[in-house]
Amino acid sequence: MNSNLYYNPSLRRNISDKVLTLLSGLFSLIAILPLILVIAYVIVNGASQINLSVLTQLPEPPGDDISAGGIGNAIIGTLIVTGIAALISIPIGVGGGIYLAEYSKPGVFTKFIRFGTNVLSGVPSIISGVCVYGVIVSTKIILGSNFSALAGGLALSILMLPTIIKTTDEGLKLVSNDLRKAALGLGASKYITITRVTLPSAITPIATGVVLAIARAAGETAPLIFTALFSFYWAQGTQALLEPIATLSVLIYNFALEPYKTQNELACAASFILVIVVLMMNLLTKLIGYYTNSNKS
Amino acid sequence: MVAFVLIGIGLVVFTGSIESMGRYGIKFLFTSDWNPVTDQYGAFTAIYGTLVTSITSITIALPLGVGTALFITEKILPKLVRETIGIMVELLAAIPSVVLGLWAMFIMEPFIRPFLSGLNNNFGWIPFFSSRPGGPGIAPAILILVVMILPIITSIARDSLNQVPSRLREAAYGVGATRWNAIFNVILPAAISGITGGVLLALGRAMGETMAVTMIIGNSNNFNFSLLSPGNTISSMLASQFGEADGSQVSSLMYAAFILMIITLIVNIIAQWMVLKLKLKY
Repeated sequence: MNSNLYYNPSLRRNISDKVLTLLSGLFSLIAILPLILVIAYVIVNGASQINLSVLTQLPEPPGDDISAGGIGNAIIGTLIVTGIAALISIPIGVGGGIYLAEYSKPGVFTKFIRFGTNVLSGVPSIISGVCVYGVIVSTKIILGSNFSALAGGLALSILMLPTIIKTTDEGLKLVSNDLRKAALGLGASKYITITRVTLPSAITPIATGVVLAIARAAGETAPLIFTALFSFYWAQGTQALLEPIATLSVLIYNFALEPYKTQNELACAASFILVIVVLMMNLLTKLIGYYTNSNKS
Repeated sequence: MVAFVLIGIGLVVFTGSIESMGRYGIKFLFTSDWNPVTDQYGAFTAIYGTLVTSITSITIALPLGVGTALFITEKILPKLVRETIGIMVELLAAIPSVVLGLWAMFIMEPFIRPFLSGLNNNFGWIPFFSSRPGGPGIAPAILILVVMILPIITSIARDSLNQVPSRLREAAYGVGATRWNAIFNVILPAAISGITGGVLLALGRAMGETMAVTMIIGNSNNFNFSLLSPGNTISSMLASQFGEADGSQVSSLMYAAFILMIITLIVNIIAQWMVLKLKLKY
């Protein structure tokens, strides 16, 4: 038997160790490659298209024109639809999270709600579109309008809900119980405790969850293609919310499938805006998390 | 509230599909005609597409994702490099799927077409490679799905690997295990429940993924075993047809949506259950 205790790099176990380490490094490289390629593609093809007129004009209907117009109404539409979704899902989501973390008693019902939240976050986004189509669009239940910004916002809010509930719930659970007891001991009611003490100390994770949910909703397409549809006009007037509305993501989808080059280029420009906004929001949440962590320690 | 939404979605989709269910019954699942003109509908092509794309993409993404997760949790490189890779993988998850679809259409698909042709030339006798690749098809859709579910598998695998107590790892090193001995015999078995749950979640995501797949799969309802020919998944069928559908086509699409929902619900419930029940007990 070999009694040499020095590291012997030619042993089979050491060679296979090296090989596997290299392999996992290679896998990591493959994993980040698409991100680099996609961002490079979007920047190279999208950023060169961006100018003031692209950002402010209306898109032209498909045709072999010199210019495909701009994405002005789609930018505003994305803001409107995402805004509606946020208005619906933030109060319900944060409220649900507060209920789960603060009021609910451990039991079958609470367990079921937590379980249901997780399962809901796994429901394919297109299903929420189909559902909203079935409830609102095909029945014309809201003032007789079928495809509308409101329906699109509702479909998106179904997607945002589980994320917001989960992060609120988990953020509140991280708040130390001493704080609650201290507040209750000073004679504060449960409501005052939650609004003045617990919520403010859990604001970072909640804000992170909300921003992530908004970022995800802004990029979603599947629930919008047959709820908010698309439009070549500005959203304006009092009826704007009840009419089909253009969004960046649906514009990318529609124009990418057009056979005309100008349309495809406009889709690239829209992708550039969308990717930049979504990535910025994600990096923002990372920064928030990083700074609050370093403050605490 | 959540439960209400969940049950509500199920009910709406179910009531929408009753008409078609009554007409085609279980046969819907096994026939592949999809003809709005003659009102004949069968979802077999789409169901086959959904299953084959999601399962193949999981098979490819699993080693990649777990390998990446190991690379960033085991202390192979300095912390800065590992954290950068971690953040980049998370950002990949944040890119809207429609943008990935755009990239897949214009860059990836033309790039991989020669490789797919090679597959067809050399392995054409295997049914999966039996047709000539011509533009969009199932194979590029599988690749873009790999890109989309990789971040899910990686981040869940990373979380469960991080939860493995370091004393287990140290004990393994202490008895003379090399790094990968320790990984295969101690660390991976300890983290297996989380990783399995993550894989199932990713499977559910792959089945429901819509936009990128719709843009690249070709949306053909003609059944073909080959991965190189255009196909359809349930979600891509919904995305490409729902807007213009009417009458019994809507109902049939609702039926397909209902099937998709049931499959993903089952996968998700099993995933949640695994993560809960098989939690590490140390």
